[in-house]
Amino acid sequence: MSAASGKPAPRPTVETQPYWDGCRSGELRLQRCAACEHVQFPPRRFCASCLTADLRWESASGRGRIRTFSVVRHPISLAFAAEVPYVVALVELDEGPTIMAGIRGCQIEDVEIGLAVEVEFEQRSDEIYLPYFHPC
Amino acid sequence: MSRSSSLRGAVAIVGIGDTEVGKLPGRGATELTIDAGARALRDASIDKSAIDGLITSNSMVDPHMYHAEMVAEAMQIFPRYCMTLAAGGATSFAAIHHAASAIATGLCETVLISSADNLRTGLTREQAMVQQSSTGHPQFEAPYGAPVPVSYAFIAQAHMHQFGTTPEQLAAVAVTTRRHASLNPNAEKRGLIDIGDVLESRLIADPLHLLDCSLVSDGGSAVVVTSAERAVDHPERPVYLLGAGEGHSHEHISAAKSLVSSAAAESGERAYAMAGLTPKDVDFAELYDCFTPVVLIELEDLGFCAKGEGGPYVEAGHTALGGRLPTNTHGGLLSHTHPGNPGSMFALTEAVMQLRGDAGARQVEGAEVGLVHAQGGILSSHCTLLLGRDAS
Ligand SMILES: [Zn+2]
Repeated sequence: MSAASGKPAPRPTVETQPYWDGCRSGELRLQRCAACEHVQFPPRRFCASCLTADLRWESASGRGRIRTFSVVRHPISLAFAAEVPYVVALVELDEGPTIMAGIRGCQIEDVEIGLAVEVEFEQRSDEIYLPYFHPC
Repeated sequence: MSRSSSLRGAVAIVGIGDTEVGKLPGRGATELTIDAGARALRDASIDKSAIDGLITSNSMVDPHMYHAEMVAEAMQIFPRYCMTLAAGGATSFAAIHHAASAIATGLCETVLISSADNLRTGLTREQAMVQQSSTGHPQFEAPYGAPVPVSYAFIAQAHMHQFGTTPEQLAAVAVTTRRHASLNPNAEKRGLIDIGDVLESRLIADPLHLLDCSLVSDGGSAVVVTSAERAVDHPERPVYLLGAGEGHSHEHISAAKSLVSSAAAESGERAYAMAGLTPKDVDFAELYDCFTPVVLIELEDLGFCAKGEGGPYVEAGHTALGGRLPTNTHGGLLSHTHPGNPGSMFALTEAVMQLRGDAGARQVEGAEVGLVHAQGGILSSHCTLLLGRDAS
């Protein structure tokens, strides 16, 4: 599945559609388990902690800290060639789960582990808005 | 005897076979699998009719729905135990674990494990792209354009941040491994390199340079495993399985609970417990070195040094031939060869050569016990084996 840019665009499933709907409306959504309070990402039909299916969607703060990162110097495909070098990180959200995302809005040299970041969204295709993070 | 010790000394590797490696245009994954298998049978001096168990790993270039059955058909062998195994880089050693269990429980007597691929010359452009992004979650990781090295760069970066590990220490892994490869006539990369060469090689994904990354190769490798009772009939010195253990912690790197420790700690502990051995008993190690930081984490998790001390341990020369724990004596995935899932098979055949005393210029003097460890995914699936010259 590719967007016009040639970059891969996620194909939502029954489990993930509400998440992508959230991104489209500028909101990062996580699932909270009604039975055990576990907050999870990525979205699933069942709670990964207690395996019950009573999951509620909630709006996340959109804030977190960089757990680790790297600078891509050698693009994965031609679609990303114009962007190198770019930063990809694992961001630990304030709510607990870790999400992979690109880091924008700062100099590459300023990216470091522990840096506080906030979500933004990039339109990838007609339907898909992808979360990226910038320093807050 | 605890249940976990029941495999100790129960089986032995009695045959090994490596194909040519590197760039092998015109060779296919299937025939390389058969070539490796045939070499292992010849080394074991047994006829294919003695094989009643077969384990293969699927090819990325030429995948088959019934891969092991396809290989059995092509070799005209008719096993009663037949399995295609998939644990990424850990496949080869997990295959030994499964073969040992099958033999010990009487499912079969003699197992051929053969694995090959031709990632270097056989992949189409589309397949290469798929391979690059295959470990990333299709919705939540792949869209960010992070090739496989980025996931290992994440690990390196976290290790550097938490323990002060340096790029020079990562480079020391590549330099030491290359020195070992220079003593292996079958290795793809044999020219000596120094720390500066690694640090001056092209940055792929910070902090990893080109020479921190393993090769992409064509090639295959196979072993024959049989019961300890049957092993004594073979002309080559049998190499016994003393311990085996696995650990599995996640699929995607974003789901990893730790970025600096891995389930190698669990697989190692299980293997040591089965063998009744400790890290001090190990004479050499063959570790999974798809990228240099992995070796540091494995040295720590497998108990050869304290957590966070992997960098200084390698820098001090302990992993070099002649050091405390000669590691990746054949040149590893960094310098010998890396045809994908079959990559760790070459570490296994190397360990067998070391324990037979057949490793030539790179022989570890007095090698009695070797540890081999492999991981698949992004520090996801782990298998540790302890191998010995003697059955106990
Ligand atoms: Zn729950």
